[in-house]
Amino acid sequence: MGKIFFWIMVALAVVSGFLFAPEHAGLVIHPMDQFEVKPLFGKGEIGTFTITNVTMWMALSVVATIALLVLSTSKRATIPSRAQSIAELAYGFVYKMVEDVAGKDAIKFFPYIMTLFMFIVTANFLGLIPASFTTTSHIAVTAVLAMLVFLTVTIVGFVKNGAGFLGLFWVSSAPLPLRPILAIIELISYFVRPVSHSIRLAGNVMAGHAVLKVFAGFAAASAIIAPVSIFAITAVYALELLVAFIQAYVFTILTCVYLKDALHPSH
Amino acid sequence: MEGDIAQMGQFIGAGLAAIGSGAAAIGVGHVAGNFLSGALRNPSAAGGQTATLFIGIAFAEALGIFSFLVALLLMFAV
Repeated sequence: MGKIFFWIMVALAVVSGFLFAPEHAGLVIHPMDQFEVKPLFGKGEIGTFTITNVTMWMALSVVATIALLVLSTSKRATIPSRAQSIAELAYGFVYKMVEDVAGKDAIKFFPYIMTLFMFIVTANFLGLIPASFTTTSHIAVTAVLAMLVFLTVTIVGFVKNGAGFLGLFWVSSAPLPLRPILAIIELISYFVRPVSHSIRLAGNVMAGHAVLKVFAGFAAASAIIAPVSIFAITAVYALELLVAFIQAYVFTILTCVYLKDALHPSH
Repeated sequence: MEGDIAQMGQFIGAGLAAIGSGAAAIGVGHVAGNFLSGALRNPSAAGGQTATLFIGIAFAEALGIFSFLVALLLMFAV
């Protein structure tokens, strides 16, 4: 059964390569075109409150998250449906992550971290639908998420520990002459956090989608390499599904790590 | 800056910045390989360390992402 399916896919790829490949050569699909922000209605300029495709897909991912978490668990069946199992799995997964990485006293930040995780993972998966728009590929979107995490962590750190939070930068296990230098390095790495936090997510997602479009451009350029290219797209797409989840996981787990630093700043 | 020379400089710079991605790949492979060699020695303790693995990979990857960012800035923002 699997073999038959495989060869049908091979035949389809070869045929589609010859059918849909245009005559003129060259990269006809620009890989960065998919990230263009456009107004949803009309063709006006983009202002602060213009409804763009980014707005629409962010709203869609919020709606999808709510549908998954609220609607599927509203019946509270003893034998869960598929949607309810996914919602319960996601809840348990994030809860355990917060408990293990950030500690028991970080549990009161669980709603925030759960929201972050569900929003990012839904936005990533929605972005993988062909011809959709990936909101998390824009640094503007992820930078806001990362800055919120950074501000939350800094404020929580100072509220919980007062000036003791600065002990995070004073490495007491190092020899005394070395400590001021280490303090500068720690300070820099602390302020670089939101940058790397946001660019990691946006960069990974954007690079993956650009690679997909580059292979699509190869498929469109010549009928001979089109079957190979379509297979490559399939393989990269499978990898992107993995990356979409792992990057959301990494974003969330780093939030937990930063939160642990804020709650227990002793170095 | 405008002109062919400036554009050539942009492209060469972006290509050089892409070397950083390869360096990050070495780093991530190092983390994952060492995790695996440790995990196969003591598989019962490996399950609890996957979070640490991902944190390590994320930190190793961060600097490669910076070089990717430099390449992107050179290509589209300069």
